[in-house]
Amino acid sequence: MIRRLIDWLEHRTGIETTVKLFMTEEIPGSSGWHQVFGSIALFLFMTQAFTGIMLAFNYAPTPGEAYNSLKYIATELTAGRLMRGLHHWGASLMIVIVVLHMLQTFLWGAYKKPREATWMMGVVLLLVTMAFGLTGYLLPWDNRAYWGTVVTTQIAGQAPGLGKYVQQLMGVDGGGVGVVTFARFYAMHVLLLPPVITLLIGIHIFLVRKHGVTPAPIETKPPKKFYPEQVFKDTVAIFAVFALLFTLAIAAKVPIGRLADPTDTSFIPRPEWYFLFLFQTLKFFEGPLEVIGSVVLPTIAILALFAVPFIDRGTALRVGKRTTAIAVVLLAAIGWGGLTAAAIRGTPVTPPDIAESEGPQDWQQLSPEELAGIGYFRKENCAACHAVGDSKTSLGPNLAKRSIHKDAKWMIAHFKHPQTISPGTSMPTIRLNDSQLNALAAFLLALNERNEAALQSAPQFAVEGAVLYSANKCAACHQINNVGMKLGPKLNGLGQRRSKEWVEQHFTDPQKLSPGTVMPVYKFSPRDMDRMTSFLLALGD
Amino acid sequence: MDNQSGSNRRRFFISAINGLWAIITAALGLPAAVYLLLPPKSKKKDAWIEAGVVSQIDPKTPEEAVFRRMRVDGWKVTSEKATAWLVKDSAEKVIAFAPQCTHLGCAYHWDDSNHNFLCPCHTSTFDKEGKVLSGPAPRPLDRYQSKVENGKIYLGDIISGEGA
Repeated sequence: MIRRLIDWLEHRTGIETTVKLFMTEEIPGSSGWHQVFGSIALFLFMTQAFTGIMLAFNYAPTPGEAYNSLKYIATELTAGRLMRGLHHWGASLMIVIVVLHMLQTFLWGAYKKPREATWMMGVVLLLVTMAFGLTGYLLPWDNRAYWGTVVTTQIAGQAPGLGKYVQQLMGVDGGGVGVVTFARFYAMHVLLLPPVITLLIGIHIFLVRKHGVTPAPIETKPPKKFYPEQVFKDTVAIFAVFALLFTLAIAAKVPIGRLADPTDTSFIPRPEWYFLFLFQTLKFFEGPLEVIGSVVLPTIAILALFAVPFIDRGTALRVGKRTTAIAVVLLAAIGWGGLTAAAIRGTPVTPPDIAESEGPQDWQQLSPEELAGIGYFRKENCAACHAVGDSKTSLGPNLAKRSIHKDAKWMIAHFKHPQTISPGTSMPTIRLNDSQLNALAAFLLALNERNEAALQSAPQFAVEGAVLYSANKCAACHQINNVGMKLGPKLNGLGQRRSKEWVEQHFTDPQKLSPGTVMPVYKFSPRDMDRMTSFLLALGD
Repeated sequence: MDNQSGSNRRRFFISAINGLWAIITAALGLPAAVYLLLPPKSKKKDAWIEAGVVSQIDPKTPEEAVFRRMRVDGWKVTSEKATAWLVKDSAEKVIAFAPQCTHLGCAYHWDDSNHNFLCPCHTSTFDKEGKVLSGPAPRPLDRYQSKVENGKIYLGDIISGEGA
């Protein structure tokens, strides 16, 4: 059956012959483990394409949304964190493997005539790979992404003559990194670069097949077929790298930092590790000389890479005898390693910029009163006039702007008598009792541009639970997030200690479960009971 | 190397190649399938939304109620305006119809003169129980889960009118 299907396909397309032709290509008898890197790089590229598509299925490519959707991928979707881990670490491994591939080619002198074009195409592929890294870096839109890109685009602006135009292309003309930059980087990362690199890889592989795998200077063994021995070696190497990638993706969590904050002056941007050496080089050049470190030296390095086959035109030698090449590689490795180490040492230790996905979610850090304030905020539908997060309304002021924050007393007076406090305002009177107004004011004071999106997405059950918690004055005995009295046990981490059934029973009949307790009986409606217990069990540790 | 061990080597290579690629494919494919097919982890429980007071509804005429509700949409929580057609069944029971025709989703309205719900798109009509009277609508009107507590009407999820 399968045979007939293959025959049918073969007859129509000649695919079987093509695959056979590809697999049974003759390679030199000396081929072996040192030539597996190209295959690994190709495999990693395909994995990146696959995980990238997977991420794109749940990713919103605009600044604020990007951050939220990425958090959604990492925390809400099964295997979402794995997909992101694979894509993140795959990018790093890709750089490692591409460089190793290049080193091997360099050490063995495989760029020599007639393979100069293959080498140069390889250099272009290295640059495109770096462009992938550069553009992808911005897409999480957290502080790291934002500030890293600010620095990158500033460096690009230093290019003599061209700088202005490069910046314009990156969408940072004048206005700094913003929505346009984001759109351009995203379009480059997912629309422009993938087909470009696919085409270049195609040409690169075509050239490799055209000239054949580079033989050793003196071949002692007879030529052999690509399949199965070399394919086996490639596969084992690919599997080893894949196993490493998978382990990294599971074991080394990729943090999502705080939402990009252009006003954050405390954040110290650092590029991805493979760009650190460039970052460090910059420090040696100051003032008008800076352009040497940021543009001139990298350009010379790239040109030198292109020129390698034309500088070294001697006859092919065994690896062991290519002392100059080995010396160059050693020097480059020492230089790169030294610069990178210096950059890492020079990185001041800052508190980790890690937000929601790793630790507690933003709403979990609020006091119950503030959380209850969210409940009243929603109930009174304040968002209909006041911009918070993504909503575009601008009838009232944006309440997340800390510059407009007043004290609680002013706010409560304003809630009760808007016209007296702000004559001419279209703000209606908020009809809530004093403790409810207090909660609303407490919430607004805790609101800022950094947490507004997270606060908005506080789940309704938690908000309603917090309202009940405040209404029943639970804080008179219990503590949540260090707010409240210590008469009863702290409620943080309750979810790890008790089941939902236990908590519900404890509300209805405290004496039965904790004999001698001073906890009163609470008779909630089934709905309120559910809100209350869900809220308590969802508290952070 | 004699022929026998040569073909053994070859067989080993081929089975190793197939085996390793199978593992890689599975290690990427299975998480991807799970990632795409499973629903988000925290299934948001639908909150009951207050949509009016029973005593204010005329038992004879269905009334359109407008209310706001929070909707979890992927990574967004949006506060959106929603409507329901409320029909008073008794002091303790209110039927709340979802505001869209079950044919192609047009917004229908109460036709006071003919005493039925009328969809302007393809003239489907429904009675006060939501049953199809005429037109292309394939099933009765969809309903919100509803309950009455202390004289107030609360609405929950929309359920298909099929079983109603």
